[in-house]
Amino acid sequence: MNLAVKDIRHNLGRFALTTVGVGLLLMIVMGMGGIYRGLIHEATLLVDRIGGDLWLVQGGTRGPFAEISRVPSSLEDRARAVPGVAMARRFVSHTIQREHRGRPLRIVVQGLSWPEDRGEWIPLVAGRALGQGHFEMIADRSLRLELGEKVRLGKDVFEVVGLTRGLVGSGGDGLGFFSVSDATSIQFDLPAEAYRLERQSRRARAEGQDIGRVQPWILDRAAGPAAGIPALSMSQVSAVILSLEPGASQAEVVRTFSTWPDVTVYSRQAQVDLMLSGMVDKARRQLGLFRALLVIISTIIMALILYTLTLDKIHDIAMLKLMGARNGVIGGLILQQALLIGALGYGLAYWLGTYAFPRFPRLVVIEPRDLAALAAIVLGISVLASAVGIAKALSVEPNKVLS
Amino acid sequence: MTAPSSDTPAVEAIGLTKIYGSGNTEVVAMIDVSARIERGEVVALLGPSGAGKSTFLTAIGLINPPTTGRIAIGGEPVMDGSRALVDVRAFRRRHLGFVFQKANLIPFLNAAENVAIAMEINDVASRTARSRALELLEYLGVADRAGNLPEALSGGQQQRVAVARALANQPSLILADEPTAALDSHRGRQVMELFRKVAHEQGSAVIVVTHDHRALDVFDRTYEMEDGRLKSAPSKAQPPSAEPASS
Repeated sequence: MNLAVKDIRHNLGRFALTTVGVGLLLMIVMGMGGIYRGLIHEATLLVDRIGGDLWLVQGGTRGPFAEISRVPSSLEDRARAVPGVAMARRFVSHTIQREHRGRPLRIVVQGLSWPEDRGEWIPLVAGRALGQGHFEMIADRSLRLELGEKVRLGKDVFEVVGLTRGLVGSGGDGLGFFSVSDATSIQFDLPAEAYRLERQSRRARAEGQDIGRVQPWILDRAAGPAAGIPALSMSQVSAVILSLEPGASQAEVVRTFSTWPDVTVYSRQAQVDLMLSGMVDKARRQLGLFRALLVIISTIIMALILYTLTLDKIHDIAMLKLMGARNGVIGGLILQQALLIGALGYGLAYWLGTYAFPRFPRLVVIEPRDLAALAAIVLGISVLASAVGIAKALSVEPNKVLS
Repeated sequence: MTAPSSDTPAVEAIGLTKIYGSGNTEVVAMIDVSARIERGEVVALLGPSGAGKSTFLTAIGLINPPTTGRIAIGGEPVMDGSRALVDVRAFRRRHLGFVFQKANLIPFLNAAENVAIAMEINDVASRTARSRALELLEYLGVADRAGNLPEALSGGQQQRVAVARALANQPSLILADEPTAALDSHRGRQVMELFRKVAHEQGSAVIVVTHDHRALDVFDRTYEMEDGRLKSAPSKAQPPSAEPASS
């Protein structure tokens, strides 16, 4: 006769409520782990998907995912000349927030090196890759933009020609792909008055430099568009991505770029590692600590529940001891109930999670190894929590029946 | 436990004393109590509240050991002072049955399960235990309530289930502490007669602590306690005035 099951059937309502409570708590623990995995997934998604073997970033910096990186767009052409490099692409990435249809729209703007890179590598769920060098964009569904929708960014209007799903930046904001020149113009878009003021300022700066004094025509051009004065302004991108020729030695290519004083070269894995050890690391530790706290809280709550359930049965346990029941019978009653609460709570947490987690604003990734780890934790919690109840039960004297 | 010979007493207590606390808080609950109860004998233990009856009963029942004195059950020494000479829990499981003022049935087990659990604890196979539990409930006239939880049973029915549980492992000694206190006189007498029937039919010794003087004729002998001592030598009780009831 299984006393644990008999007791549960007799107190089904209370047991069900207890299990639901434990299940919700475990769902939060499970969700915390999933949020952490989602954070890593989102952070490394772009680097993984964009391809390329090496990243050239501003010298002395850790690249555009860790800090501001500015390299001249001409770096793309210089890099192409290095033996072993098959392709070089400019990379522009920055986050903007604009108002669209009365709601804030945060986009992680990605520049595609048009015309070499039209975004064919981007996994589209609808629409197509970029078909022209300007005024088209590929948007992630999380931005809540429709195919064909027009979005004003700065002074230009962009049409959504393609849609992706699950392509977000490390901050959880959806990616928007543009040509590099569009991405740059979005980034440096300023009000007309700001342009006028900058041109005046530029003229004043030029007057203070030798080049302005020895070449007066530059002063005239300083009041015009920046593109007309290459000596005073240069087109900049965040990084240049390199793809190596088949069979080329990555170490050899890295060695070559390491001699260039204006850039720092990273492998793709190094970029991922830098990202994870940088901004994601603190979030990871924070989530880890929070998760550990939740596990401790779950253990305490389960222990309290089991202790209370044991106290409710203390007279019955005394009677069982009076009849000569072995400690195993009494301990088994409590342990089995703890394991049942733990197992059902875990199952409930998983079941609820499958409905709840996809509705979270950030990606929640539940991996089998995390599920297995949590199952082991729940087993440990159940055993640990039942120990309190078992200790109480075993300390009960059979003469308690007489009171 | 070896099989006792026919002249071996069911229980023999020699010089039992129980002292609670020490120094200023010392309370002597039982002083130099000796008693011998034969197999198949039904004995009443009388006395006012605080006389030491329950202390004596729990000492004999290996629940609350005496401070000094010796106890032998079925000829086997089990307690020497407060020192147990046997595994008391295993001994209780195999040789003792208990009935109290309250039935103390396990609330989440039905009547049959409440009886069967006592046997399963004693390593009787589940199916055998269930079958014997039904037989016992039939014997005690509550077979029709076998599937009911205790909360659905009347006080009398609960007490009969408790008696069935006490009999489950065919103990050599049944200890009952005011088993009829919560019952009306008619039901109380029925339970007392049940003990007599069990003792005489199964050869178990039964010691009943009671205040109920109306059913004394059911017992073979009576002991009376006062202030922790046996007040007088055991006396032969009056013969029962009615046949033992079976329901």
